[in-house]
Amino acid sequence: MKNFDYIRPTTIPDALAAAAEPGSAYLAGGTNLLDLMKGGVTSPDRVVDISRLPELNRIERLADGGLRIGALVRNADLAHDPEFARSYPAVAEALLSGASAQLRNAATVGGNLLQRTRCSYFYDTASACNKREPGAGCDALGGENRLHAVLGWSDACIATHPSDFCVPLVALDAVVEIEGKKGRRHVTLEEFHRLPGQTPQRENGLEPGDLIVGVRLPAEAASFSANARYLKVRERTSYAFAVVSAAAALVVEGGKIRQARLALGGVAAKPWRARSAEAVLLGADADETSFVRAADAALADASPSGDNAFKIELTRRIVVRALMSALAGTPGRLPALPASPFSSIPGVRHDA
Amino acid sequence: MTLELSLNQQPAHLRQGSSIGQPLTRRDGFLKVTGAARYAADNHPPGMLYAVLAVSSIARGRVALLDVEAAKAHAGVVEVMTPENRPPLATDPDAKNNPFMFRLDLLQNDHIRYPNQTIAVVIAETLEAATEGAALLSPRYEAQPARVGLDGAESFVPGGVGIGSPAVHHKGDVEAGLKSAATRIEATYETPAQYHNAMEPHAIVAAWDGDSLSIDTPSQGLAMAQGRIAGLFGIAPENIHIRSPFLGGGFGSKGMISGPQVLGILAARLVGRPVKLVLRREQMYGPVGHRAPTRQTLRMGMDSEGRLTAIGHHARTASSTFDDFFEPAADASHTLYASPAIATSHEAVRLDTGTPLFMRAPGEATGSIALESAIDEAAAACGMDPLEFRQRNYAEVEPMTGKPFSSKALRECYTQASERFGWQRRPLQPRQMPDKDGFLTGWGIGTATFPAIMFQAEARAVLRADGSGLMETGAQDMGQGAWTAFAQIAADGLGLDIDQVDFRAGSSDLPNAGIAGGSGHTATAGMAIHNAGAAVITRLADLATRHEASPLFGAGNEGVLARGGRLYRRDDESRSESYGEILARAGLAEIDGRGTGTPDSASREAYAMHAHGAVFAEVKVDPDFGQIRVTRLVGAFAAGRVINPRLVRSQYYGGMIWGVSFALHEEAVTDRRSGRIQNANLAEYHIPVNADVPSVAALLVHEDDPYVNALGIKGVGEIGITGTAGAVANAVWHATGVRPRRFPIRIEDLLG
Ligand SMILES: Cc1cc2nc3c(=O)[nH]c(=O)nc-3n(C[C@H](O)[C@H](O)[C@H](O)COP(=O)(O)OP(=O)(O)OC[C@H]3O[C@@H](n4cnc5c(N)ncnc54)[C@H](O)[C@@H]3O)c2cc1C
Ligand code: SF4
Repeated sequence: MKNFDYIRPTTIPDALAAAAEPGSAYLAGGTNLLDLMKGGVTSPDRVVDISRLPELNRIERLADGGLRIGALVRNADLAHDPEFARSYPAVAEALLSGASAQLRNAATVGGNLLQRTRCSYFYDTASACNKREPGAGCDALGGENRLHAVLGWSDACIATHPSDFCVPLVALDAVVEIEGKKGRRHVTLEEFHRLPGQTPQRENGLEPGDLIVGVRLPAEAASFSANARYLKVRERTSYAFAVVSAAAALVVEGGKIRQARLALGGVAAKPWRARSAEAVLLGADADETSFVRAADAALADASPSGDNAFKIELTRRIVVRALMSALAGTPGRLPALPASPFSSIPGVRHDA
Repeated sequence: MTLELSLNQQPAHLRQGSSIGQPLTRRDGFLKVTGAARYAADNHPPGMLYAVLAVSSIARGRVALLDVEAAKAHAGVVEVMTPENRPPLATDPDAKNNPFMFRLDLLQNDHIRYPNQTIAVVIAETLEAATEGAALLSPRYEAQPARVGLDGAESFVPGGVGIGSPAVHHKGDVEAGLKSAATRIEATYETPAQYHNAMEPHAIVAAWDGDSLSIDTPSQGLAMAQGRIAGLFGIAPENIHIRSPFLGGGFGSKGMISGPQVLGILAARLVGRPVKLVLRREQMYGPVGHRAPTRQTLRMGMDSEGRLTAIGHHARTASSTFDDFFEPAADASHTLYASPAIATSHEAVRLDTGTPLFMRAPGEATGSIALESAIDEAAAACGMDPLEFRQRNYAEVEPMTGKPFSSKALRECYTQASERFGWQRRPLQPRQMPDKDGFLTGWGIGTATFPAIMFQAEARAVLRADGSGLMETGAQDMGQGAWTAFAQIAADGLGLDIDQVDFRAGSSDLPNAGIAGGSGHTATAGMAIHNAGAAVITRLADLATRHEASPLFGAGNEGVLARGGRLYRRDDESRSESYGEILARAGLAEIDGRGTGTPDSASREAYAMHAHGAVFAEVKVDPDFGQIRVTRLVGAFAAGRVINPRLVRSQYYGGMIWGVSFALHEEAVTDRRSGRIQNANLAEYHIPVNADVPSVAALLVHEDDPYVNALGIKGVGEIGITGTAGAVANAVWHATGVRPRRFPIRIEDLLG
């Protein structure tokens, strides 16, 4: 492969300084970056290994009741942190539904947010891809696209964001902490990822050299802990990206929905916060009728970008089921098959 | 030879510590779990260089430009091999002297006939330098439109399918049978292109010494590989030494030496140093074979009692533009269900792909899923239980030929597996078994079958004065357990405890063990081993019974038996002598004997020889999402003698899980315009993970077969896929009421 410089800074300022050079890439768990480099999809001149920055490895409670997760906390460590899993069960479930145990042991919070799309034409360097090479065209259009986007896509790009983790995070108003040349700034996760428009190469709000240092969950994110689920439809029982997924979180009082959060995965270039559906739910009866209306609202603007019309109906159904599951209550312990429809019963044995 | 035969077949002998039939764990297991087993790519001879393939990203056309200078200028790059400087070959890689000789892409010209075809090889001091060198070649192409998909070209009737089977075949009058039928079904099923995806990629370490060649490479057929390489390079086969002690899976893709492996040898020749070449995962999608896609139409007629009056099975498949391998899918209907009229036919298109080849159960797997689905549709059309329907149409003789079966314990398989599964509680209609959690549950059945094939093999046995034995044959262990099963046969053949036998295999300087394919390796090489053992024991017995000083003097060959390193008088076991004593008296350090394993043509002429099985599957389907999970698989198989039940069971498990994969997961997604495979990696080319297969049971049904070979071995490597794939599809129908007609079954097919 292409020769590159390898730098392993020990402090955040050193990391920023090292990555200030054009052509730099941060290396965290490497589970995505190294694949992309081996495939010739990206070829950085310098790799800045941030995996040993100790400050980014912590989970901290904040004075305001919120939580701050360091960018280098491993996906598995976060999901298995008992207090975290109790307070944000849908996030833990989403994390554990992603990839494989080995990958989750390596993958980091920051890397998960920044993982690239799984669009096969993006990976296939012989294909035209506007994301890889702006202006080249998009070979996914008219190609093998049954898993591509149904919301927020453009004729420049129909790719989806593949993360599970980001789906409940965006539902819970997570905020991304970014350290850049001009110091630290905070961006909501909802604003962080971008829709493709005519510039699909601009996937998020990072400037070159910017470092994600952490993700914050506001205090009220924990208020959903009794009624929060993540649900993911896959083409095999485990170790597969979502065909579609949904995170649903409710606060219900006297049969009425007091608060509702809904986000969708696998449908758009970003984790999709379904605000219109939340508006339908707010104050409504906590029942299937409301959930069906919410699903319709969530998908009102959906349209197929190729051979993927089925995903719209599938998403409608997963929204209803995720809300029903959230209403039924967070299971007492994490199902053995996290987020799987085959674990709809709390604590069900995975071989039942 | 008769001596040993009678020995091994005595039940008493089996009970008294013989090795055959024992569930030994893999003898190479410790090496493998500790990482000490040396696979081809683990070798690093001194001075070795790394070769990396540059492959085509177009499906059809020619290479117009390669920036060889840029690649060569990269630090560490030693040489770039292109059609310009590729060392000469003695044989044209496009020559085809026999149907088993497949055309290879060895940089013979600048033509491109499929994506991932090698267009250059970069050789460097490091893997990284070679990789970057390959990227720097920045090829330019003159591309022509790719021919993609089963409708991508005009079809024709191939000259033959599979291994020389006629493309069109019939007995009786299918049209008349259909006309006279009380009930008829017709259905079309599609199966996709699939790739072997052995865990170990094709790898080679090649070193030349003058005109002698030393190779480490995984091979399912050492002697064939040796012969092919000898022909290509114009050197004597004896000058080529191939070591292949372990394969990380082969599944047919390592049956014949592939183009990239030969390119590794050419690269070593070019630079005059040892070279290692290892395929990247995505490079395995093209030059090393695959399972061709099929579109199969089945027509069946049934009389008022549910008896088949006709089976018509037509398959459309695809091959490459430059070679002939045609997936014999429709032939699956030749052997399984009784019908007065059967017609099978094939047509094919030529596409811009690598040549499809043998992939675990070639023809049987693709044909089985369509046939078993259609049989299920036929049963449903007759309002019959699908097991009862299969039993009603049970073939007492091989349907296409009318030959009797050498043995067929399929009825027993149906009985044992259905009882274990609990089949009798199955409601006839679909969608009748929602479970308490709201999932749709379905039960399905499929019949499994695979021919009992034998090739040719040789073995050499040695008995030594120290009482130990040696057995040599160039057998190949692909992970199936050959090191263990053959050692067991060797131990019994030599009348020794397995720990006293030094078993050597996996090297081309040993006697030719034939190919580890067609599920025939254990039968073929096993018979060679068995016969070699018998030959050396016969020599030993001669030495003893002819010497007056021996307690066995005068017993004659038929009068002794070999056990635990001693020969005993059959009529008086108090009289015995150890092998060591016999050899010492004769003043011999060792004696040897040779044996061959060959199919017996007379019995093969007289009998149809197949293994059989019955597989039952339970699936759960989410009613809203269409996500499927196989929750239970029960298979019962009758495949003649079981050498090692533990290994056999794991072959069945593996096959059955592959059947799940066939029904629900595997598909090479090919871009309809470029012909490039879009999921050439193990993240997106799905195979089942553990969570997909929670419960599998494989029952071993006893079957004595006096005709297949003296040991009574059929074969277990491939049969598990057949039957299972259809059972899963049929269970999905039973759960949902939706009949799967294309595979793998997709969520959108079940959304309703
Ligand atoms: C086979 C496979 C299956 C998978 N299945 C799933 C799945 O089902 N669900 C799912 O959600 N994910 C899945 N993943 C994706 C996986 O979650 C991501 O690869 C992982 O989260 C990336 O994290 P990482 O730390 O390894 O990132 P890296 O690979 O190290 O980095 C990814 C990108 O982020 C950048 N980066 C990393 N950290 C920072 C930072 N702190 N600041 C700025 N930039 C940064 C890197 O420069 C790079 O561009 C799968 C991956 C694989 C390989
Ligand atoms: S969908 Fe987006 S990522 Fe995929 S090929 Fe088109 S532009 Fe590239």
